Amino acid sequence: MHETNIEAATRSAWSGGVSPFAMGSKKLGMWLFIISDALTFSVLLVSYNYLRFANPDWPLPFPFRPAIIFSTAMTVVLLFSSLTMVMGVAAAARNERAKTVRWILATMAGGALFIGLHLTEWGHLIEEGVRPFSNPWGAPLFGAVFFGITGLHMTHVAIGVIYLGIISIGFGRGKFSPEDVEVSGLYWHFVDLVWMFVFPLVYLMSVKY
Amino acid sequence: MSTHTAESHVEATAGTFVWIWIWLVGITSVEVFLAYEHLRPALMLTILIGLSVIKAALIMSYFMHLKFEKLSLVLWLVPALVFCISMMLMLFFPDSGRLLNLRP
Repeated sequence: MHETNIEAATRSAWSGGVSPFAMGSKKLGMWLFIISDALTFSVLLVSYNYLRFANPDWPLPFPFRPAIIFSTAMTVVLLFSSLTMVMGVAAAARNERAKTVRWILATMAGGALFIGLHLTEWGHLIEEGVRPFSNPWGAPLFGAVFFGITGLHMTHVAIGVIYLGIISIGFGRGKFSPEDVEVSGLYWHFVDLVWMFVFPLVYLMSVKY
Repeated sequence: MSTHTAESHVEATAGTFVWIWIWLVGITSVEVFLAYEHLRPALMLTILIGLSVIKAALIMSYFMHLKFEKLSLVLWLVPALVFCISMMLMLFFPDSGRLLNLRP
C-alpha cells in the first residue's frame, strides 16, 4: 500500500507521529497545567513562610476551636472528595455512566461543603478584625498572604466544582469520553494536593496555643 | 497517521484507593498532633513539609495514576518541578534568616 506524505512525516516520535508518553493530548495538557499551577502555589507558599520567619511578630491567629477544627474538617472533606473522584474515574473507565455521574456528584458535594466551611472560617477571622493589610495581632501583611493563598485555592475549588458539573452532564449524555473524566479527576486531585500543603504551612504553623 | 493513545486506564483497585485515603487521613492526624507539640518553628516546618511531600506523593502516585504512567512522564515532570521549588527555597530561606538577624 502506498504511504502518504502525512504517514511518512509522522512515522517516528521525533516527527510527532507517536505519543512519547502514551497518553492523549488532553491529559498531557492537564499535566502541564498542573505543573505550572503547582509552581504558582509554591511561590505563594514560599513567600508566606518567608514572611512568617522574617517577622518575629507574625500573628498566631488559629485557636483549636474553631479554626483548627474547621480546617481539619475541610482537609478530611477534600480528601474524601478525592476518593469519590477516583472511584468516578474508575467507573468511567468501565463505561458505567450512571455510576460515574453519581461519584462525580458526590465529589462536587464535597467541594461545595469545603467552600462553605472555608467561607465560615474566613468569617470568623474577619469578625476578629483581620483585613488584607491590617490585623489586631502583629505583622500587617498576614491578611494579604492568608486571603491571597486560601482565596486562590478556594477559587480553584469553585472552578473545579463547575468543571465537574460540566463533565458529569456531558459524560452522562454520552458526549464525553472516559479520558475527559480522568482529565477532570487530575485537576480535582491537584486541588486536593495543594491543600495538603496549605493546611499545615498556613494553619498548623500558626496555631494559637 | 498513527493514532495517539487516548484511552483511560485504572490499574489500582477500589480497596487500594480506600487504603491510600486512610493513610492520608492518618498523616493529617499526625500533623495536627504535632502542631500542639511546641516544637521550634524551623523543625516544625521541616517535619510538616516532609509529611506533606509524602501525602503529595501518595495522591500523585495513586489518585492521579502517575505510578501507572510511563516512567518517561514522571522523569520529565517531577525533576523540573523539584528543581524550580528547590531554587526558590535556596534563595528565599537564607534571606529570611538574615533579615531576622539584622533586627536590633
